[in-house]
Amino acid sequence: MDTTFLEYLVFFAAAAMVLGGAIGVITLKNPVHAALGLVLTLFGIAVQFVAQEAHFLAAVQIIVYAGAIVVLFLFVIMLLGVDNAMDLSIEPIKVQRPLAAIMGLGLVALLTAAIVKADSATVLPDALGDGLDIATVTGDSDSNIKQLAENLYGDHIFAFELTSVLLIVAVAGTVVLTRKWPRNQEIADADAKSSNTSGTSK
Amino acid sequence: MLTSQLVNGSVANGLVVNGLVAIDPVTEGGLLWTPLLIILVKVLVIFVLGLVGTMLMVWFERKVVSGMQNRVGPNKAGPAGLLQTLADGLKLFFKEDLLPNRADRIVFRLAPFLAFVPAFLVWAVIPLGGDFSQNADGTFNNGTVEIFGQTTRLQLADPPVGILLVLALSSIAVYGIMLAGWASGSKYPLLGSVRATAQMISYEAALGLSLAAVLLSSRTLSTSGIVASQDRFVDWNLITTGLLPFFVFVIATTAELNRPPFDLVEAEQELVGGFNTEYSGIRFALFFLAEFMNVITMSGVMVTLFLGGPQGLFDIPIIPGWIEGSVWFILKLLLFLYMYVWFRATLPRLRYDQLMDLGWKVLIPISLGWFLLLAALREFANGDRVASLQVVGISLVIGAAAMSLFMAALSVSRKNREANSTLAPVPSQSTTADSTTAGSGKGSN
Repeated sequence: MDTTFLEYLVFFAAAAMVLGGAIGVITLKNPVHAALGLVLTLFGIAVQFVAQEAHFLAAVQIIVYAGAIVVLFLFVIMLLGVDNAMDLSIEPIKVQRPLAAIMGLGLVALLTAAIVKADSATVLPDALGDGLDIATVTGDSDSNIKQLAENLYGDHIFAFELTSVLLIVAVAGTVVLTRKWPRNQEIADADAKSSNTSGTSK
Repeated sequence: MLTSQLVNGSVANGLVVNGLVAIDPVTEGGLLWTPLLIILVKVLVIFVLGLVGTMLMVWFERKVVSGMQNRVGPNKAGPAGLLQTLADGLKLFFKEDLLPNRADRIVFRLAPFLAFVPAFLVWAVIPLGGDFSQNADGTFNNGTVEIFGQTTRLQLADPPVGILLVLALSSIAVYGIMLAGWASGSKYPLLGSVRATAQMISYEAALGLSLAAVLLSSRTLSTSGIVASQDRFVDWNLITTGLLPFFVFVIATTAELNRPPFDLVEAEQELVGGFNTEYSGIRFALFFLAEFMNVITMSGVMVTLFLGGPQGLFDIPIIPGWIEGSVWFILKLLLFLYMYVWFRATLPRLRYDQLMDLGWKVLIPISLGWFLLLAALREFANGDRVASLQVVGISLVIGAAAMSLFMAALSVSRKNREANSTLAPVPSQSTTADSTTAGSGKGSN
């Protein structure tokens, strides 16, 4: 069996998943369907990661994005009851569409430039001279994770820690901003209602 | 072995074959027909094993529960009622498949499969057997067996991310339940599915943190590697991680599986039938199947992670080496299956706020603290007795300080809540949140 054929098959199937999901996200009228389109896209990207030997990234992609973030999207959509089909012809923010078009074109231009530049770049020399990363050929199944760990917790430890601090600050800020402190009877009433749920919805 | 072969041999085979070798050693020489057939047979065996195992599990649960409730249980279809589940399944096949008027047609049809497929896929990464025993020269077999002259494992796939795949699939399983409830277009299923989602996301954190302790002691993600690291009883992760992660993991999986006492998702008294109220016929059967299959697969995961998988405590005479692993695996699996049934027969259902308190205020802090302690021991003590004691002492002081801060924060928030609820005209439910009496749930049939 021809392995390059297999590679192409995997690539195009996953690419179709990614693009189909992405088109679904912006065209489907029901928010829940759109969120499911996003899940399809994330799965396609995970397949591409696996095809590139980045197994750990693929797993984390599914666990974090598909398993937690989109689930939270869906959770909020269900809780707020905004799961009715939207009328896409009405635009609440007038400048949004032309602005989005410009941004989209800019992104396409940037990506094209990156691909053109990457094509002319020299491949890093390694053990095989075949463009294969050493991690993929050493046969050590955990080398992927080890390299990532050395990168994150060694070379970029400060950026990593600062990001986590940023996230904590954002979470604490959200709690402080959304919490209504009791000043008078009305606020206290609303708070008593919300405190029932605030203990449970984390 | 692999490296030399790839470098000397055909590098041109490239990424795909290399990736496959990591997943199953049977593909080492490239993709040939014999290995391909072996893989296909393994897929078939795992599929059939999954279905038959689920069938037996339903029977086992009904028999054991009825035994505990002093009644007979299923006894008409087949010997000792063994075929009762098959009869029920056939009945469900022929029942009318209702589609509610207000249902979301596509998602309603999709949801059972989203619940069912992940349940099946977890089987693929669990080592169901294999020879991990010690050779005469002191080396250990790495769990491979020989079939038709080919070396392979008694597990469908051994991907490098191994156990993370289980986490990923268990987080995908949330979708099935969540979308089933939403797509039904009815309020009780929606309530059930919102509960389920909150519960499963909450307990996934505790699950992942206790899993991290296992990974710390096994130093690998691959499931066969985790099994191989637990040679003797003292090397079992149950012992090396110090028991606590095991108990956290058991509680968290019980909640993940929505099994009693955490079965608020399908609390009959409150939610009619939970997320699957509107489902009937074969679609309901798929949910049912997924639920019971998840019980078996998660038990298998626990056996793999903490009890050494197919590794035996001693050599069983007569039985050849590679079957012995499977025998041990099934014995350990039955232990967990019985435990789940026992839970169901004895424990009353938790109330929702108790469930959330247990998850967020007990299990997550404890497993996080334990993980940090294990990491500190590994980093600073490394087997040295005096240094270990020092590390434990320092950890105890830090842990006590963190715990008292945590308790202070909890008491402040409780005071705030009570102050607010006394201002409100209607007394709030939150004042009763601290009572420890269990809800009036009953683990009925």
